[in-house]
Amino acid sequence: MKTISDHILDILQNSVRAGATLIEIMVNEDKTSDIYAVEVKDNGCGMTEEEVQKAVQPFFTTRTTRKVGLGLPLLKQNAEASGGNLVIRSVPGEGTVVRAEFGLKHIDRPAMGDIAGVFVLTAIGHPSVGFGYTHTTGTGSFRICTEELNEMLEGMPLRTPEIRKAVTELIRNNLQSVDASA
Amino acid sequence: MNKITSLADLKRIKEQVHSKIRMRENSDNADTLVQIKVGMATCGIASGAKETMTYFIEETEHQAIDAVVTQTGCMGYCYAEPTVEVTLPGQEPVVFGFVNKAKAREIIDRYIIKGEMIDGMIPVTYKTIDE
Repeated sequence: MKTISDHILDILQNSVRAGATLIEIMVNEDKTSDIYAVEVKDNGCGMTEEEVQKAVQPFFTTRTTRKVGLGLPLLKQNAEASGGNLVIRSVPGEGTVVRAEFGLKHIDRPAMGDIAGVFVLTAIGHPSVGFGYTHTTGTGSFRICTEELNEMLEGMPLRTPEIRKAVTELIRNNLQSVDASA
Repeated sequence: MNKITSLADLKRIKEQVHSKIRMRENSDNADTLVQIKVGMATCGIASGAKETMTYFIEETEHQAIDAVVTQTGCMGYCYAEPTVEVTLPGQEPVVFGFVNKAKAREIIDRYIIKGEMIDGMIPVTYKTIDE
């Protein structure tokens, strides 16, 4: 995974597969404590304490098509390489929160990458799931969610070319206006 | 054009688009749509599945193909990522491996439009995770 947005794209699939109907992405840049926190919260099926322990092991997966599951281990590795950590909290039947903290200014923190593209692609890829994205920096906060978008679009699909491009641009412009780090 | 920064700006664009596009009948009818599913698990993402998906969305729009592009999980062909499953209307799904932009272009031009068999098909012996 080259960028943090790749990791988010990956973790979102976990949530979708857990049957979540509402998935929140929260990114918080804290210059004072030098932390770049990424949190993905879902209302999916959740995991037991034992499964949470195993989730970061590369040879644990709930899939039957293959025997490895590298999404969370790779995220943990990248977070730790930049002086951060990965915490998973989960309640069976209620949902899961995956929180990765990176060192904001650490040289080994991957760049955020194309988060706007990730948000739009995932929303198009799973039209029946609600997605929210909040990005907070010292300058301000920006939030977008598919519920609000769908209401405004009044039945026009998000995948309509002009709309897709406009939403991507909207996210990029707003991230710029809150001085989001690369 | 002004910068798009708020939902109000987006609404303006939506109104423009609305008056312009031909609202297709049965546009979400699975019988007439080409379904394209891009494998978007860890292995797929690491191999560039995001770029492949974007390309499929843009190119099917560009060529005015009635297609719906969605994401799916890992099908177990991690060695062949990015993998893409294409279902032509009324036909069995076909899975392609190593789908970079060039391969995607070939899939659209030859398999989706002309219905020809092309190299790089993976025999379908699995069930997708949605089933």
